[in-house]
Amino acid sequence: MLIQEAIHQLRLFSRRPAAVFFVIAMPLVLLIVLTQLFGNEKIQGLGLNTAQFYTPALAVFGVVMACFTYLAVSTATARDLGILKRVRGTPMPPAVYICARIIAVSVIAFVSLVLVIATGALVFGVEIIWERAPAAAVVAVAGALCFASLGMMVTALFRSSETVQAASSAAIMPLAFVSDIFVRPSTETSEWVPLIGNLFPLRHFSIAFQRAFDYAYEGNGFALPDADGVVYSILPHMGVMALWGIGAAIIAARFFRWEPRAI
Amino acid sequence: MSAISVSQLCKSYDGRQAVQDLSFEVQKGETFALLGPNGAGKTTTIEILEGYRQADSGSVSVLGLDPEKQAAELKRRTGLVLQTTALEPELTIKETITAFARLYGAPREIAAVLVDVNLAHLQDNRVGNLSGGQKRRLEIALGIVGDPELIFLDEPTTGLDPEARRKIWTLIQRLNDNGSTIVLSSHYMDEVQALASRMAIMVDGQIAAEGRPRDLQRQHCTHSTIRFDADGKLPAGFPAKLAPITTVHDGHAELVLEDPAPALGILMSWAEAEGHDLSSISVTRQNLEDIYLQLVSQRQAKPQGATP
Repeated sequence: MLIQEAIHQLRLFSRRPAAVFFVIAMPLVLLIVLTQLFGNEKIQGLGLNTAQFYTPALAVFGVVMACFTYLAVSTATARDLGILKRVRGTPMPPAVYICARIIAVSVIAFVSLVLVIATGALVFGVEIIWERAPAAAVVAVAGALCFASLGMMVTALFRSSETVQAASSAAIMPLAFVSDIFVRPSTETSEWVPLIGNLFPLRHFSIAFQRAFDYAYEGNGFALPDADGVVYSILPHMGVMALWGIGAAIIAARFFRWEPRAI
Repeated sequence: MSAISVSQLCKSYDGRQAVQDLSFEVQKGETFALLGPNGAGKTTTIEILEGYRQADSGSVSVLGLDPEKQAAELKRRTGLVLQTTALEPELTIKETITAFARLYGAPREIAAVLVDVNLAHLQDNRVGNLSGGQKRRLEIALGIVGDPELIFLDEPTTGLDPEARRKIWTLIQRLNDNGSTIVLSSHYMDEVQALASRMAIMVDGQIAAEGRPRDLQRQHCTHSTIRFDADGKLPAGFPAKLAPITTVHDGHAELVLEDPAPALGILMSWAEAEGHDLSSISVTRQNLEDIYLQLVSQRQAKPQGATP
């Protein structure tokens, strides 16, 4: 029942051209535009090519668009249409329905992520460090779950699809600028930008995932000693994501409503 | 055995009493209708039976189950058509029914359901392109695809055109012929008379009248109205015996009587003797629609929360 319902949700996604564009095409378009804009050369002070930086960053952005924005907006829309209420009148357990939606957006996120990385590798010569693939996968799964949880929280806290849409965009777009996703870190950036970014899970997700593509470091991706032998670990980043994810899940479970707002 | 048993059910929202001390039974295999205006408490009652809402007090048993504590079992055995349409516009008709069928243990054949609701020829059409009546028939298909023992239909034809309503009536009649128990809510008396074996008229959260349509007709429809054209006042020489009970308004003279026959006799002999033209005369027995409107206006005239 769980898998069938997830497939059902994937079919619904495939029939929504706007959603497919924002989740699948937009990160690709951004990758191409930003790489062309800045030129695919070494970024000063980072030791990376433009595409080597933007590919994992926009892969993360795609995951967030699927697991956070699309999950929140599509769930809120289904609630507005009375579909969530109708589902509650069938023998399907509510938990199965919610899990199926999360599985579906995770599959969409995976497709988006693979497309961005494949485009980076094939078009812009991004180097994939295969021994760090398991670490990257662990970070991606943690990020997907964390943002799915945040998506359900937004759906629970806001009562209509319009407000959910507005709230999710208002949360993600500014954060993407302070989380090393749209803007390459540079020596000119003020110090408070990463500080703000660090309060929220998006920067931790993007940094932890980018490390898997960063050849300035060595190691398998879970723990990365740099040239001076200082070990860089992804654990703190995972911890922040776990905290946000669990907190959001608790709030979502507490405030989630199946019925549309009374008219 | 009763399919549904409701006893002294109460439910209020923010201090407003939506359902008040409601009691009724629905027998297996019958079509039971709750008839009432908007805000009478029909949907609240049905949603408590379906397990969507919790009663404040009173007891409810549906198929021998408690809708609050045995919700999972209840949902396997009942089919729902909610008051508001809830369909995914991106799916086709057939995909929609298939998606619901897999949620039930022993669903009905999808092809047979499509034929039942008369949508087989449109099965590959997107739901977003369907008319209101077609969407409603699709929702009835979703209500019956799990092969339920009991079907709830909350205002299945509200907002539809007369032809679409007729089609849904035929469909509901066929469901009942198959032995399903049906609970229907409606604000149309004609619908209830066409479909229900028993009905309860609900006003302000209470049952104002209950019974088989024929019995209600006999109990409540006790008067007939004699009406003929009259310009402003009674004609000269009008029988003195009838004059005190005859009213004139809007170009008609009217007499309301339990037994119209004696008055008709007097009128006829007068008209014949005087040569008065009575070709506009009509006699109508009160019907259930009149009774319904009367009950609604009586009850609503009372202050909120007053006991009858």
